[in-house]
Amino acid sequence: MSATLNEIGQVTWRHRSVIDLDNWTREEFYFFLDQSRHMENVMDRPVKKVPALRGKMCVNLFFENSTRTRVSFELAEKMLSADVVNWSVSGSSAAKGETMRDTAWTLEAMGADIVVMRHGAVGAAQYLASKLKRGIVLNAGDGTHAHPTQALLDVYTAWKHFGDLTGRKIALVGDVLHSRVARSDVIAFRTMGCEVVLSGPPTMMPREAETLGVNYERDPRKAVAGADMVYLLRIQRERQQDGLFPSVDEYHRWWGADEELMKYASPGALAMHPGPINRGVEIASEVADGHQSVILEQVRSGVATRMALLYLCGGGAR
Amino acid sequence: MAELREKTQLMNSQDLNRVIRRIAHEMVECNKGTDNMILVGIHRRGVYIARRLQKLIEEAEGTKVPCGELDITLYRDDLTTLSEQPIVHSTRMPADISGKHIFLVDDVLFTGRTVRAALEALVDLGRPQIVQLAVIIDRGHRELPIHADICGKKTPTSRSEVVEVRVDELDGKDEVVICECDA
Repeated sequence: MSATLNEIGQVTWRHRSVIDLDNWTREEFYFFLDQSRHMENVMDRPVKKVPALRGKMCVNLFFENSTRTRVSFELAEKMLSADVVNWSVSGSSAAKGETMRDTAWTLEAMGADIVVMRHGAVGAAQYLASKLKRGIVLNAGDGTHAHPTQALLDVYTAWKHFGDLTGRKIALVGDVLHSRVARSDVIAFRTMGCEVVLSGPPTMMPREAETLGVNYERDPRKAVAGADMVYLLRIQRERQQDGLFPSVDEYHRWWGADEELMKYASPGALAMHPGPINRGVEIASEVADGHQSVILEQVRSGVATRMALLYLCGGGAR
Repeated sequence: MAELREKTQLMNSQDLNRVIRRIAHEMVECNKGTDNMILVGIHRRGVYIARRLQKLIEEAEGTKVPCGELDITLYRDDLTTLSEQPIVHSTRMPADISGKHIFLVDDVLFTGRTVRAALEALVDLGRPQIVQLAVIIDRGHRELPIHADICGKKTPTSRSEVVEVRVDELDGKDEVVICECDA
């Protein structure tokens, strides 16, 4: 849309393992978005499958539960005709004390080409990638560090609505401190030329917020003012026991997105959420189901962008 | 990177346009009219040639035949051997292709591998009644049992040569040239 085919043609894809989006350029993002669009097209066909990754083995290695991200990756892998193995922690040898290095070598010995990993520890994906000789790692979330594929699907969803994202404003509201989604989104939307504002309880803000080049507004109405995208972050109810907010009701009253808050955003603003949503906590049903909500579009975008990532990073000779 | 050196001009603008016009007439003759027919151009130059065929058929017959575009990248048989992933282009069909008479359009027929991939891609989009292939140049060296039903010109070539069909829309001029690959 914004980037011309000519510009796109000049991008030489250099990413193999994707741990975070810190070193992606804007041109690479636009190239990636264009490729994702063609992948989404595959989802609308009578036969939702192309043979691009035939013969490649994908292992979805999940040390933390995440049905959505895993299913999204699994669908993307299957639509590209890869062979898929789901390796979940409950039945795995990690519970028996196997180190990640040994897990990595085991996967490689089995012939894994692409490992999609979710892990509770920051740096786990990077570590795994450093231990694989041949296979690549796509980070599906490592602790509070990064969730690159979430940010890619978010940028893709926004791009489909707005085209060029330069100068657009996005407000991220909620628990930024514990959110790898927020970290990846801040980096991705800043690279795309967006203004990023954070809001939420001060107890849930990272100290380094300013060093990310973004502003913090305690009052969500100020944060959302004139925003083109209002991004609600998931609030884990357990955080209340940690004393980060007094009660769910109070959180909702202050920082939850309802129609009233959305009025402060620019007309035609998008309401976004990484899912699963907590109705009546960070988002009211009237917004989640309202005409500005693109939450289900995000789910669809997730499959398309993961297909593009698998194709671009995981294909070819090794 | 190997250098391409232009050797001979095989067709000038006039020659190329005459060939495209003849192909348009052959298609209509072959289909006995324009009913039930869909043109499908293979990316990239096949797409532009298919659009021209659509226009020429409309001029001759008064009917605008549906015209689609097909990208075969995700169906290539060499994806596991390439070091870099080829760029995916758009695939768009103007209508359901099931039961239709499809004319696949490409610029050059060489090994036949592109056409094989195109056939696989088409089948994933529906079940055409018949698929036929129209190309501007058949340069030989087939590696699969594939042939062109309508062909602009058959030209024997050596493997080290490259045949380029240039179209005004992309290349700024219409012509067909043979280049030599200086490794």
